[in-house]
Amino acid sequence: MTATSLFGKPQRAALSLPVITNNPIGVQVLGICSALAVTTRVDKAIVMGVGVTIVTAFANLAVSMVRNYTPSSIRIIVQLAIIASLVIMVDQFLKAYLFELSLELSVFVGLIITNCIVMGRAEGYAMQNPPWLSFLDGIGNGFGYALVLLLVAVARELLGAGKILGVVVLPVTTDGGWYVPNGLMLLAPSGLFLIALLVWLLRTWKPELQEED
Amino acid sequence: MEHYLNLAIRSIFLENMALAFFLGMCSFLACSKKVETALGLGVAVVFVQVLTVPLNNVILHGLLVEGALGWLHPSLARVDLTFLAFMLFISTIAAATQVVEMAVDRFAPKLYATLGVFLPLIAVNCVILAGSLFMQERDYTLAESVVYGAGSGLGWALAIAAMAAVREKLRYSDVPDGLRGLGITFMTAGLMSIAFMMFSGIQL
Repeated sequence: MTATSLFGKPQRAALSLPVITNNPIGVQVLGICSALAVTTRVDKAIVMGVGVTIVTAFANLAVSMVRNYTPSSIRIIVQLAIIASLVIMVDQFLKAYLFELSLELSVFVGLIITNCIVMGRAEGYAMQNPPWLSFLDGIGNGFGYALVLLLVAVARELLGAGKILGVVVLPVTTDGGWYVPNGLMLLAPSGLFLIALLVWLLRTWKPELQEED
Repeated sequence: MEHYLNLAIRSIFLENMALAFFLGMCSFLACSKKVETALGLGVAVVFVQVLTVPLNNVILHGLLVEGALGWLHPSLARVDLTFLAFMLFISTIAAATQVVEMAVDRFAPKLYATLGVFLPLIAVNCVILAGSLFMQERDYTLAESVVYGAGSGLGWALAIAAMAAVREKLRYSDVPDGLRGLGITFMTAGLMSIAFMMFSGIQL
């Protein structure tokens, strides 16, 4: 099993480690901005998660393929150019096929360019690793990010509106049901509280991640 | 005049980049341990924001929107290049950050040393790109862009300075192990965000 095999141990590690053990949001503390903003509904979170996964995977691939030809002094600009092109493609695709969602996500699709995960993995992993490994790492990190987004979005949509993906799970009192929705969940700060709780749970489960004072 | 004042108040307090939209979180978390560093970073962000939002407005309306290239050649009058906006925005931001970095190094070398790698990282700070993207989405004029740039930068600077002040005091508190550092900062930011919501009734 070498670095050139297709699904050997290092390849599977690159794919699976970032999902939980080295989760970009919970452990590496990257990509927080959009995790807080687009999690009011599960469909927005899914689209955002898929978008970031695609961008991270292909950006990693491209950066890794040119890593031996990029002069160190302009590497950030090269990475930004690659990432920006990919995000433009994702944005155009969303505007064409998922127009209402693209309006709701508004600037956050563009902000994938400055998403720390994409830049962080391109600079920190893809610049030093071969293309296939980098691609898998991109997918892994994207999945880890999408997982956290999904968890927060399910909590916020369920507790804030009684629905998941638009399907009513807890009938709200305004529709004749019994559930009084928690309005805080639909507001911005709840995302911060939920992620703080997630980080607390994660760091209690894995004490080696706790910060020294 | 009132319109611009309203815009300024809205962008600093109501639609605070850090506390309402949660942008620029990475440097918000990393540089908010001391008030001095936080203020320094905040001022740098204001500079870059005031430089880039109006500049990107000019580029957007001068080069990219449909019909903008008409001044070059009549046959190009129906060309719509708005899809290139992301690319051009991030390029101007990278250039502006480089300029501000050189200015800080020349006029405030101590701040330059304290901020370290976070000064060039302003280029990928969500706040800066978001300022330009919101400007595009809301179709601001040049004057509005200047006001919005200054306001959004100031709002973020205000938030990070306040967070640093709170965190300096939190160091004497007995925070649970799992919440130390990241967790408690998020909770504090959440509470600050709720506090900033009180501004939503204000209109001049």
